[in-house]
Amino acid sequence: MAPLPEAAAERLAKPRGLWIDRNRPIAFTFDGRGYRGYGGDTVTSALWAAGVKIVSRSFKYHRPRGTLSAAGHDANSLVQIGAEANVAADLRRIEDGLEVEAQNVFGSLAHDRAQLLDKLGRFLPVGFYYKAFYRPKGAWKRWEGAIRRMAGLGRVVTAASHGYFDKQYLWADVAVVGGGPAGLAAALEAAAGGAEVILIDENPHLGGALSYARFDAEGRRAGSERARLVEEVAARDNIRVLTDAVCNGWFADHFLAVLRGNRMFKLRAKAVVMATGSWEQPLVFRNNDLPGIMYGSAAQRLISRYGVRPGQRAVIATANADGYAAALDLMAAGTEIACIAEMGPELPRHELARAVRERAIPVRPGATVAEAFPAPHLNGVEAARVAAIAGRGRTRAGGETFACDTIVTSVGWQGAANLAWHAGATSHYDEGSAMFHISGLPHGMHAAGSVAGTFALERVLEEGRAAGWAAARDAGCERGRRPAVGNDRGAAGQNHPWPIFEHPKGRDFVDFDEDLQVHDLENAVAEGYAHIELMKRFSTCGMGPSQGRHSWLNAVRLNAHANGIAIEEAGLTTQRPPYAAEKIGLLAGRGFEPRRLTAMHHRHLEAGAVMMPAGLWLRPEHYGGRGLDAAARLAAVHEEARNVRQNVGLIDVSTLGGLELRGPDAATMMERMYTWAYRKQQVGRARYTLMTDMTGIVTDDGVACRLHDRHFYVTATTSGVDGVYREMLFWNAQWRLRVDVTHVTGAWAGVNLAGPKSRQVLARLTDQDLSAAAFPYMGVREAKVAGIPCRLLRVGFVGELGFEIHCPCHSGEALWDALMAAGAEAGIRPFGVECQRLLRLEKGHIIVSQDTDGLTSPLEADMEWALAKKRPFFIGKRSIDLRRGHARRKLVGFEVDQASLAAGGTLPQECHLVIRDGEIEGRVTSCSYSPTLDKTIGLAFVAAERAAVGESFQVRVGADGPRRADAVAMVDCRVVALPFYDPDNARQEL
Amino acid sequence: MKLMPCPLNGPRNISEFAYGGEVQELPPPDCAAGDWIDYLYLEDNAAGVVREWWCHLATAYWFIAERDTRSDAILATYPASRLFGGTGDGAPS
Repeated sequence: MAPLPEAAAERLAKPRGLWIDRNRPIAFTFDGRGYRGYGGDTVTSALWAAGVKIVSRSFKYHRPRGTLSAAGHDANSLVQIGAEANVAADLRRIEDGLEVEAQNVFGSLAHDRAQLLDKLGRFLPVGFYYKAFYRPKGAWKRWEGAIRRMAGLGRVVTAASHGYFDKQYLWADVAVVGGGPAGLAAALEAAAGGAEVILIDENPHLGGALSYARFDAEGRRAGSERARLVEEVAARDNIRVLTDAVCNGWFADHFLAVLRGNRMFKLRAKAVVMATGSWEQPLVFRNNDLPGIMYGSAAQRLISRYGVRPGQRAVIATANADGYAAALDLMAAGTEIACIAEMGPELPRHELARAVRERAIPVRPGATVAEAFPAPHLNGVEAARVAAIAGRGRTRAGGETFACDTIVTSVGWQGAANLAWHAGATSHYDEGSAMFHISGLPHGMHAAGSVAGTFALERVLEEGRAAGWAAARDAGCERGRRPAVGNDRGAAGQNHPWPIFEHPKGRDFVDFDEDLQVHDLENAVAEGYAHIELMKRFSTCGMGPSQGRHSWLNAVRLNAHANGIAIEEAGLTTQRPPYAAEKIGLLAGRGFEPRRLTAMHHRHLEAGAVMMPAGLWLRPEHYGGRGLDAAARLAAVHEEARNVRQNVGLIDVSTLGGLELRGPDAATMMERMYTWAYRKQQVGRARYTLMTDMTGIVTDDGVACRLHDRHFYVTATTSGVDGVYREMLFWNAQWRLRVDVTHVTGAWAGVNLAGPKSRQVLARLTDQDLSAAAFPYMGVREAKVAGIPCRLLRVGFVGELGFEIHCPCHSGEALWDALMAAGAEAGIRPFGVECQRLLRLEKGHIIVSQDTDGLTSPLEADMEWALAKKRPFFIGKRSIDLRRGHARRKLVGFEVDQASLAAGGTLPQECHLVIRDGEIEGRVTSCSYSPTLDKTIGLAFVAAERAAVGESFQVRVGADGPRRADAVAMVDCRVVALPFYDPDNARQEL
Repeated sequence: MKLMPCPLNGPRNISEFAYGGEVQELPPPDCAAGDWIDYLYLEDNAAGVVREWWCHLATAYWFIAERDTRSDAILATYPASRLFGGTGDGAPS
């Protein structure tokens, strides 16, 4: 790092420099060079004070750029700070050690190698990329990298560490967006009515224009109004002030997205006051983008807020009183005014103009700055040519040339009405004031100040009070009568109707972000992109980082002129949230992922379980421990399976969905919701449940236990239970059956004790007679196990003798411990989800949503047996009847030919394609090697007419061996009967 | 974010609710296939005031909202019992 230079230029005397703390010097670097500023300085203000005007290079031509607005309304001031790209230097405050870099620079900022592009500019017409690279085929692919590098903005640093981002909810009666005079007045009035108010401003301090603009010749009014209003706001304890906060979007019913630092506030207000002010608009002339050419408001911001003198010698072009206010501020700051080009035909008579003339400043009426002459390498302004205006958009040749390093323009404003546009407000161009005005604000939104087209300070304050009153009224805090607002709001005379002076040699920029000149937009219309939305997309005007804040007003004017229509008719392009740049991290927030843990979770971890997500739950995948390679993991799963088949295993099934249906109509409800019959189901028996939707598609399955004539305990899939529950309540909201449905998932813990030795293990813990006669397969009993009241279900998902044991969840761990202890002698081992999947596949049981999809009817899944034959109605019945005979595919069991696997194929995976005669016929839904059967087995959808046992087909799989990743092989498969294992069901019914 | 005035829970963010389709009558089980398919797949999609099912997810509460599809304004919400009275005879069984 170079040694720190002395604090470069001295700052202007107080009260200028409102926002800086002169007692707090700060050292930072820009492009590796050391600079010094003060606390409260932005990157722009500190660099400008040090004589550095160029902070970036333009997007397309790599022209040097300095600040235009000193408020972040343009892309000229975007810089890179560490891993953070596209930071607005106008807004980012410096800190000690801050390392700022210029963006889009090749070589150095001062000598950008790519500046050659500026010379080649005429070969880079609008739509250049579309035109130049579409032929030959592949040309774009070759050039894209180079173009993207040249036309880039900031640098994405992929190694950047994760930031901390979060969200917070806020509520207010009245949200006031904008802390200028209108917003301050509105907040005070609403608060006086008793409303809870949140006042939001993007700046570090309240005040808005009162902290830089001049409303009287002496320059006292702004300061005294600001001091009074800010003090009154601070005294109100029902006004919460959020500074440094940007309201980035309005959403329905006054839901505002407010960003501050790394936090997004989601603010729900009862009413909103939009006091967001307006953006100053540029004057378009040749070389109007040079560093040193800025808005009057930018010069005033530098002077008042930061105590920085904008330049040594300035030429001013003005169409309103603001140019004269800027002139007075510049003079007071020690900037010599070489000339003022008054764009109106006559010298104005207002107080500010009189004060300027008293100072013997040359003012040229009916004139404009027609051209700026650049310093070498375009690194600044050397002189301005002031010429007479000869008609709309035209100047006379010649005129006077004034040496200067600064050109200040004050040609008009456009309201920053984004929040209103987000809310669906419309805009109308008013020829009288040459600006767009908004109308059609939603109920509860009120606008005040220059965003509403009101510029006279007294009116702005009145309108702010009126808006605050109305918003408080809408929020239910009515008090007194609506404050009056006088006439003459001062919109007329603010905007020049045509501040666009095209030059034959171009470089008359309309959009600084995208380097668009007047003829670019004219050409876009001439080439047929005539509609404003088309022109925008073809030319990219308004699509840069500043989103048209400084460009769309002039672009609309040009579009209307080129089309020969009224500006009103050309209209505005649609404005959507976000208003300003928004970091993805703010949208992502903290990455909050809620997880549900079963009562036995810690036992699983202690036993070496590797956990996997199942819906919101975590379940043990297997108990082989972490860090296993694929083969070792498979071996662990196979060992768990062997133990279930030969001894006894225990799996946590607490995540299973659970519903209780109670009431005299419980059985009727069951028969309407599920496909099978339950009315005659005996108490103490369990029955399979299959649910379809109205279109006859399988949506869920489980088991129904009849605990009482009027009480069913129904299980559902882990991820499906919420939908099942909702569906039951939906239908019963209409049917009004006398049944109460309760969602008890998570209230019950559950395990499945499975294997030939399960009965002997369980017998040690319960008095319940477990004999096949007393407690047969598909029986349900309520009994104590290890002293814990449980529901015992003899069901057989894995195809062995087994008991599902459900208990209140607080006893889940005790139940688990008791069973593990009781089973120790028998060789009990826990088994995980992977093992269960394998075991159920061996048994041919489907998993809904793995072996079925959004098109699977029970007919396709070969589950006709689960459909009630005689009942006229259940959900989906009518559709299934209509589908009968039309099933095009069928879910079948298959075996893989071992020889074709050995010949280089790999194990078929879920969703691998079934191929027959070269055509895609279906897909694999499940497939595993079965150690029990020593076969590779699976389930697949195949064509219905070729689903018979013995039919053969091929599955397209990945090829084995060190070949290309996308190499494929075909393996031969054969349809076989289900189940694969224990076809007589002898084992589960022991 | 839109607010939904839930008859049970008061105004809540719309993200807490699920849409359940337009309120329509279930055709009889022996209706013509065309009528059934119409019921399943063809929404009226009217420009105007429609009656819709909405469910407050956290409380699993189904109710009916009357919404103007032209303005997206929710005009009224009320419990389903206002349209579906009585017990036990709402559907064929």
